[in-house]
Amino acid sequence: MSPAQVLNRLLYGVVVVVAVSILAFLIVYLVPGDVADTVAGDEATVEEVAQIRADLGLDQPLPVQYLRWVGSVADGDLGTSLITGRPVLDTLLDNAPPTITIAGLALLFSIVVGTTAGMLAGLNQGGWVDRVVSSLATLGIAMPSFWFAMLLVLALALRNPWLPATGYAPLTEGVATWLKHAAIPAVALGLAPAAELARQARAGVRSVLARPYIATARARGASTSWLIRKHVLRNAAIPVVTVLGLQARRLLGGSVVIEAVMGISGIGSLAISAVLQNDYAIVQAYVLFTALIVVVLNLLVDLSYGWINPRTGSA
Amino acid sequence: MTSTSPSRALRLARPRRLALPLPRRPRTLIAGGFLVLLPLIALLAPLLAPHDPAEQDLLNTFAGISADHLLSTDQFGRDVLSRLVFATRITVIGPPIAIAVATIIGVPMGLWAGHRGGAVDTIAGRTADTLLSLPGFVTALAIVAVLGPSLVNAMVAIGIVFSPGLFRLTRGATLEATRETYIESAHAIGSSTPRILGVHILPNIAGPLLVQMTLLMGVALLIEASLSFLGLGVQPPDASWGSMLREAYDNQFAAPYSVIPPGVALVLTVLAINSVGDAASDWIADGGVRR
Repeated sequence: MSPAQVLNRLLYGVVVVVAVSILAFLIVYLVPGDVADTVAGDEATVEEVAQIRADLGLDQPLPVQYLRWVGSVADGDLGTSLITGRPVLDTLLDNAPPTITIAGLALLFSIVVGTTAGMLAGLNQGGWVDRVVSSLATLGIAMPSFWFAMLLVLALALRNPWLPATGYAPLTEGVATWLKHAAIPAVALGLAPAAELARQARAGVRSVLARPYIATARARGASTSWLIRKHVLRNAAIPVVTVLGLQARRLLGGSVVIEAVMGISGIGSLAISAVLQNDYAIVQAYVLFTALIVVVLNLLVDLSYGWINPRTGSA
Repeated sequence: MTSTSPSRALRLARPRRLALPLPRRPRTLIAGGFLVLLPLIALLAPLLAPHDPAEQDLLNTFAGISADHLLSTDQFGRDVLSRLVFATRITVIGPPIAIAVATIIGVPMGLWAGHRGGAVDTIAGRTADTLLSLPGFVTALAIVAVLGPSLVNAMVAIGIVFSPGLFRLTRGATLEATRETYIESAHAIGSSTPRILGVHILPNIAGPLLVQMTLLMGVALLIEASLSFLGLGVQPPDASWGSMLREAYDNQFAAPYSVIPPGVALVLTVLAINSVGDAASDWIADGGVRR
């Protein structure tokens, strides 16, 4: 990527974040019921509600409210939870480690298992490895992640006491304990992305192998392992990286349900309870936070194209 | 209709008949048959279900598999098979609502933006990009937060989440179709824009749209199950396979295997939808529509 392209891409990311922030801001006005009423409670007088409305700045024009809100968000003040009264940022940060652990391990699982299986299937075109991987990938895409988590719990926690059925253990309790708790949710969450990556990797390898220059190289006596290292892996990596960007977004969404199934108090379960309790400050922060992560990840994916394949830079 | 264009334009100008040939692959045939069966099961649920799905039998909870209760009973002694059969109704009703919402928003906007370009295109495109930058499930969650939890609201939320995807697909296909000579001719003879979009362009892009809508049905079903599992979709006493999974999950220590039947139903349905969608996609890629 040329510097101009990188700058262009950065600007685009900023535009998206601003647009999402407007949407997140508007959530408050779309939620049925008056926020000031909710905060004041059932027994508040009209004067008290008006006072709260003024305190929250709700009597100001919308653009003014939006700019104020953006200003305080930029200062790291995401407001306070309407239910617990705690600062939203603190709550979010407290709940972040389990979600990051699970999503990160799920991503790792999907990359390692998905691309390996997909490449093996692509190299084994039509063979039994190919058929098994393709069938499993089809199944993995159709499988609801939370149901897969339940099946894993049934097999690995309830029938056999190998892994804990619920909960999360922080890294401070030891790597083994941490991994044991994160294994089921991470694998369940990573299943669909792994299946998707396997399909992409398989298709990528097959299309590279079908190119004339591979036949030429073979005719010249190039060994298969040399071909794979020299041509197949690099070329097949491009569609995989594209899918990776999409999958990272899916992991964030999927972690919501997985956290609920596994009884893990991460950002996802925080969002669910906020939705159920109309705690709009948390919902806003959650939407903004996920959008920010997705924009940054997509930026990294786009920048990595140039690194994987220098030709895309000038194209 | 134009009559001055060369043969290619004439051929394109006629709305193509989507004469569906019988699929040759047995897998597609089985999947298609399964999908035809589902609405029938939903319709005939009272005749097919061995018990009343709401009938409680508190002396007979988690009864285990027997001739009377082929898939055991739940925590209230209700027959699981009967509940599964009645929940088919949500499966048949829910995803089409989502697809309808996505189509009503995405397709006309895509046609308009692709045909007209300019400011409409830019604004709609940026809005779509913004929506697509959020994880779909998070957007759906935020919309349910605004609308309140219910099956219809959940499906509307999913429809809104899908709409930017359909918008982009329609816009791209329209952009391509608009460059065809016969569209220019239609403009030249004074056809109105709605007529050009509806009569000439829409039938030409219907194939890829239908495939995408089919595949989205499967995704919608999975998201519906997730939302219902979280208590944000179907509300009791109604049950969907997702909410049945929730009940099974809440009782997983008392009856660990009750998580299996609703999940199997869900996976088989999504597999069938994907299989039919993939087959249709291959068929179009092989030029089936162009005949």
